[in-house]
This record gives sequence, structure tokens and C-alpha cells, in this order.
Amino acid sequence: MEGRVLFLLLVVVTTAASSGCARFRASAEADASADVQGQPPVIEPDLERREIEVAAIDTEDFEVGVFAGAMSIEDFGVSTSLGARLAYHITEGFFVELAAGASEGGETSFERLSGAAQLLTEDERSLRYYNVSLGYNVFPGEIYLGPQRAINSTIYLIGGVGKTSFAADDRFTLNFGLGARLVPRDWFAIHADIRDHIFDLDLLGQEKTIHNIEAHIGVTFFF
Amino acid sequence: MLRRLSIVFSFFLVAGVAIAQEDVLQVVIAEPFIEMRTGPAENYPIFFVVDRGERIDVLQRRTTWFKVRAERGQEGWVNAEQLQQTLQLSGAPVEVPSFTLADYADRNWEVGALYGDFGGANVISVFGAFSFTENLSAEVSYSDILGRFSNSQMASVNLVHLLFPEWRVSPYFTLGAGIIRIDPKGTIVAGDDRVDNTAHVGIGVRTYLTRRFVFRAEYKTYVVFTSRDDNEEPSEWKAGFSFFF
Repeated sequence: MEGRVLFLLLVVVTTAASSGCARFRASAEADASADVQGQPPVIEPDLERREIEVAAIDTEDFEVGVFAGAMSIEDFGVSTSLGARLAYHITEGFFVELAAGASEGGETSFERLSGAAQLLTEDERSLRYYNVSLGYNVFPGEIYLGPQRAINSTIYLIGGVGKTSFAADDRFTLNFGLGARLVPRDWFAIHADIRDHIFDLDLLGQEKTIHNIEAHIGVTFFF
Repeated sequence: MLRRLSIVFSFFLVAGVAIAQEDVLQVVIAEPFIEMRTGPAENYPIFFVVDRGERIDVLQRRTTWFKVRAERGQEGWVNAEQLQQTLQLSGAPVEVPSFTLADYADRNWEVGALYGDFGGANVISVFGAFSFTENLSAEVSYSDILGRFSNSQMASVNLVHLLFPEWRVSPYFTLGAGIIRIDPKGTIVAGDDRVDNTAHVGIGVRTYLTRRFVFRAEYKTYVVFTSRDDNEEPSEWKAGFSFFF
């Protein structure tokens, strides 16, 4: 008797389980076929993706700016100098720079002592130069403004060739110098430069090579 | 009222997020990590590391360095090699455009500056070139010739034939004509300014350096057609850099 009841129970349980499984499998198959038929999934990502190419990223390799400082013209004293520059950064180390500047020669000691004698007219005292130079960032680093703020900086060496118009003549000019570039913002930099402009001058009797040191501070913008 | 405000606020929030997503390139780190430096050069220290699977925004480029922003707001610089190993959100690899020798063949324009010697005087030249084919280009050049006895300015047009544009170092031939204004220095040589026509032929070598940058050196021989009995035949050598785009 007990065995028959157990058998019946077993039959009922087995039937129920198998039919349940079949139903589950059927519904799973139905889901799969619905997916295949292209019915939308329950959660649809509401994300419109726009592919932006790396080529479209803003490249800022050019730097343009102005500077002001003082230029010592050998024998002609120290005067204010003004200029502008355009640089192109080739690699993280090297850059090329095109610069133009202007200053003015003062009176030589000879002119002051002799009283009336003037070596140059007012117009001839104006000095204009341009140069093309190659620079190298020798010491990239940071300047710390307190414990919370740091500004990227670089010390660079620069040298090149150019032309200086002074004393009613154009002269081939070499320039060498050292500069510091502070970059407080990625688009903006502050420069401090010391540059020696070297050219031959034959104004005072014999030709001699003169060194004209210029120190200036400037701002530049990357674009 | 409060509810209306919150709706308006959430609208702006959603709009803001949408705009941010549209404007910025986002990539996913695929390597174990990516290193962020404080500045766009190898010498700057690494201050932050972004792990695999995280996203970064790519903001701007300087030379071969990219300014990126991590998910938690840190901003720093990664180099092109590391960015090349990230993935786009779609899973596709990131293609970082870089210039190679092959791009030189496709150049349209080239500008540069050269320095050298023109018949014993210093010469500084700037030039711009347009390429018709990968071999043939036309140049316009301006030179300041600064000598002991005279200064001159010369403008010329040249045709340049590059023999092997696919080689890193390639010879070229050049042929052209121009005009020169010679200004003798008053204190040494008496004489008036004069303007003469010139013609020249030359050979040179172009060497591809890196990115958009090229080194070139050339030798040219000129004929200056003077109004006197003899023409002048100065020769010129110079070297310099140019970049193409």
C-alpha cells in the first residue's frame, strides 16, 4: 500500500517536472526566436556615439607672441627693444623660431665727449633685425608656487642667423641665447630670454665684431 | 515649483552631458595601464596611471603628445605610442595620425629657410614650394645676401625635380630664373644700386628627418646678366630646414 502511494507520488512529481521543463524550454526557445526576429531587447542603450578621429584633435604646435626688453648696442648704450616671434614645435625637444625686433642706438662716448660731432643721424640710429633660429628645450621641468601649484617650465638654448639693419647698412647677424618658457596654461606661455646678436660694424674706423646683448620678457600663445 | 525646477535642472544636466560627449574624443585603456605625465615631454614625471578598462578624454595635441583627462578629472599628457594602444568606445583601435616619409610624397606645400654662402657673402633664404607630382615642384624663393662690399636681395622661381621621393635621402635637380638687386656699400665701393636678371641650375640633397620636417642642402651656380661686358657667375651653397603640409 505504502509502496503504491510512493509510486503514484513519484509519477506525479516526474510528470510535473518534465512538463514544467518543457514549458520552460519552449518559452526560452520563443525568446530566442523573438530575438532573432529583431524584437527590441528590454533595455536599449540610449547613447548616441559619435566617432571622433584623433586627426580631429586640436594640434597646437605653433606659438606666436611679442616681447619687450632692453638691448645693449656695443658703443651705443642700452635702449628699449620690442619684438615679435613665431615658433613651430617640431618635436618635444626642438623648435624653430622666426623673430623680428627693433631698438635704437644711443650716443657713443665719443659723441658725448666731443660735444657737437655726430656719427649717425637720428634715422641711422634705428636698429631693426630679423632672425631664423633653431631652439632646443634642454631642461624641461616645473616651477612650484607653494605646495599646491606647479607650472611647467623649460630652459632652452637657441641660435640662428639673421639680418640687422643699423647705421644705414644691413649686416649678417648670428644670434645665440638662453631662454626660459613658463607655461601656466596650455595655450599661454611667458618667456624670459637673453640673446647675443653678433655682427661686424666698421663705423668707428676699423671693422670689428660687436656683441649686442638683448634681454627681454614676452608672452606667447599656442595655436 | 520645486519639481519644475528639478525638471529644468535635470534637462540642463542631460544636455550638458550630451554636449560633453559630442565634443570630446573618448578612448578606453586596453593595455594594463597608461602613464600620464605633467608635461608634453619624456622628461616630465609620471604623476598618474590610468588602469585598463577606464576611459580618458583626449583634449589636445602638441607634437607627439596628447593632453588627456581621466575619469576622475586628473589632466596630464600621454605620448602617441600609448594612445595608439587604446581602443575607441566602439572597440576599434585608435589610429593616431603621424607623418612619415610616405606622407612627404603626398605633400602639397613646403616652406623652409636656408643659410649659406653666395659668392663669398652670407645668404639667408626663405622659400615656399607647391608640388605638382611627388617628383616635381615649383618654388618661389627670396634671399637676403649680406656681403662685405655689397648687400643684395634676390627673388627667384625654381623648378625642382626630386629623383627618389620614396628614399629617406634623395638627390634633386633645380633650374630657375630670378631678379637680383645689388646695393654696393657706400663707404667702400662707390656705385649705384642695380637690378639684374639671373638664371641658375643646381643640385641638392633632401633628407627626411621626422614628422613634417625635412633637411636639405644644395649647390647652385648662377649667371647674373649685367649691363657690362662680362656677366657675373657666382656660385651658392646653402643648407636648411623645411616642413611640409
